[in-house]
Amino acid sequence: MSRRRWPLLTLLGFGYAFLYVPVLLLIVYSFNESRLVTVWSGFSTKWYGELLRNQQLLDAAWLSVRIAAVNASFAVILGTLAANALVRHGRFRGRAGFELLLTAPLVMPDVIIGLSLLLLFVAMQQTIGWPSGRGFTTITIAHITFSMAYVAVVVRARLAQMDRSLEEAAMDLGARPLTVYLSITLPLIAPALLSGWLLAFTLSLDDLVIASFVAGPGSTTLPMVVYASVRMGVSPQINALATIIVALVSLAVIVAGISLRGRKGGR
Amino acid sequence: MPSIRASSRRRLSRLVNIGLPYFWLGLFFLLPFLIVLRISVAEPALAQPPYTALWEWVDDGVLAIQLNFQNFMLVAGDDLYLAAFLSSLWIALICTLLCLVIGYPMAYAIATASERWRVPLLLLIVLPFWTSFLIRVYAWIGILKQSGLLNNFLLWLGVIDQPLAILHTPLAVYIGVVYSYLPFMILPLYANLTRLDFSLLEAAADLGARPWRAFLQITLPLSLPGIVAGSMLVFIPVVGEFVIPDLLGGPETLMVGKMLWTEFFSNKDWPLASALAIVLLGLLVVPFVLMQRLEQRLDDVAEARGAGGR
Repeated sequence: MSRRRWPLLTLLGFGYAFLYVPVLLLIVYSFNESRLVTVWSGFSTKWYGELLRNQQLLDAAWLSVRIAAVNASFAVILGTLAANALVRHGRFRGRAGFELLLTAPLVMPDVIIGLSLLLLFVAMQQTIGWPSGRGFTTITIAHITFSMAYVAVVVRARLAQMDRSLEEAAMDLGARPLTVYLSITLPLIAPALLSGWLLAFTLSLDDLVIASFVAGPGSTTLPMVVYASVRMGVSPQINALATIIVALVSLAVIVAGISLRGRKGGR
Repeated sequence: MPSIRASSRRRLSRLVNIGLPYFWLGLFFLLPFLIVLRISVAEPALAQPPYTALWEWVDDGVLAIQLNFQNFMLVAGDDLYLAAFLSSLWIALICTLLCLVIGYPMAYAIATASERWRVPLLLLIVLPFWTSFLIRVYAWIGILKQSGLLNNFLLWLGVIDQPLAILHTPLAVYIGVVYSYLPFMILPLYANLTRLDFSLLEAAADLGARPWRAFLQITLPLSLPGIVAGSMLVFIPVVGEFVIPDLLGGPETLMVGKMLWTEFFSNKDWPLASALAIVLLGLLVVPFVLMQRLEQRLDDVAEARGAGGR
């Protein structure tokens, strides 16, 4: 490292501090005894206890987890198909439109996606009677629609840089394309599928705006409960919830990192 | 015979790989916009759903189509809506520039770090993205509010003797947006900068160019696709952002996303909310198409150059 690099590295350090200090403060103050989140009055885990007794929040969390899991599974399937189309099918007719439709959900403001999907569901219910009412199904469909675009980005990158010689060898030996895809391609892109699934899962778990539009009266997701509580002011329970989420995510990242490092030896 | 089987297989593969995602996105992403367009010319009504029908069979085969442009006239004529659109664009522009100014050096530092450090450094950029967006915005309430951590800290240091009012001001919105969207700027910039051929910089240095000049004439132009991609990934969603202005902004921070939300949830005026969505969409189409076009063209140029160089 040359002497010239230290201003750049200092900047990098400040950048990371900016990204991490708010989350660290959130975690520290989740162990604060006082109800006033910003005044330290002693160590306590009582807010975790209150969180675990908050039935409304637990119900919402369970609904969100179920939606996120179903969403992630469908999004991985559709996103992988879309990535196949873009990487393996060359310049097909309608490719420009296909790419446009696949990029737009990445940047489209949530309020537009939410409002437009709600109006679609209402119109569909009027004309074909489905979906009857709004809730789990409509939220899941809405989440799949934007999650699949993210999955497609992740899987597409992996497919594009994949070494195809193994596939070609299998083809030369007479294996059918579908067999080749299932037994060679899919295992090779499995890390991308896994990170796509996790990404879709967290995107769904995190969404407030779109779910608020397409949810029915009986279906309150975790972000809606958090939002309602945050609007009332800061609450130590939310700090405790944040700490649990950060802990789970860090754990998942560490596990994924270790398992990928294990695989890397073969590459 | 086998070739016919192979071609029919190929057709099936096309149908599944292209057809299914196309169908899904067409039904759940494209079609809804047409319905928004339709409802934006309806009239609000006390009904379920709360808007009037677009057409009606009057009698004897007469079809009456009613297009109500009052929502758009209201949006165009009311200073409040105009101010909200302008301020949304302005806030998004400033935040995009801030993200670029902070994110570029970070992406550059990561891209030029040694092989061993790159992946963990990048992971640290992505990690916050995996924790809840809502909760990260919430974290800033505790920091920025009147009796919050920042004010306590500054008072303790003796830098200020009166707590600063930051929460519920535009400044809080800027901080929240830059904080939440910074990874979106860094990732495409990093992806672009790692592909950069650093031997060009060595050549420039050998020819006597100062580092700054080499940066301005080589690195910066070559990283333009990354800059465009990152800027659009920040700018477009921020124009319609709702959560950040709602939680961190005050009454004077007007943004379209928040306004649309209020029209929909508080005033139950679906047609007006739809009209706002259509205008917002119209504003965003231009940068979006620009992003697609420019990225495509720059990719082509890069590809052609790469092929020519080899």
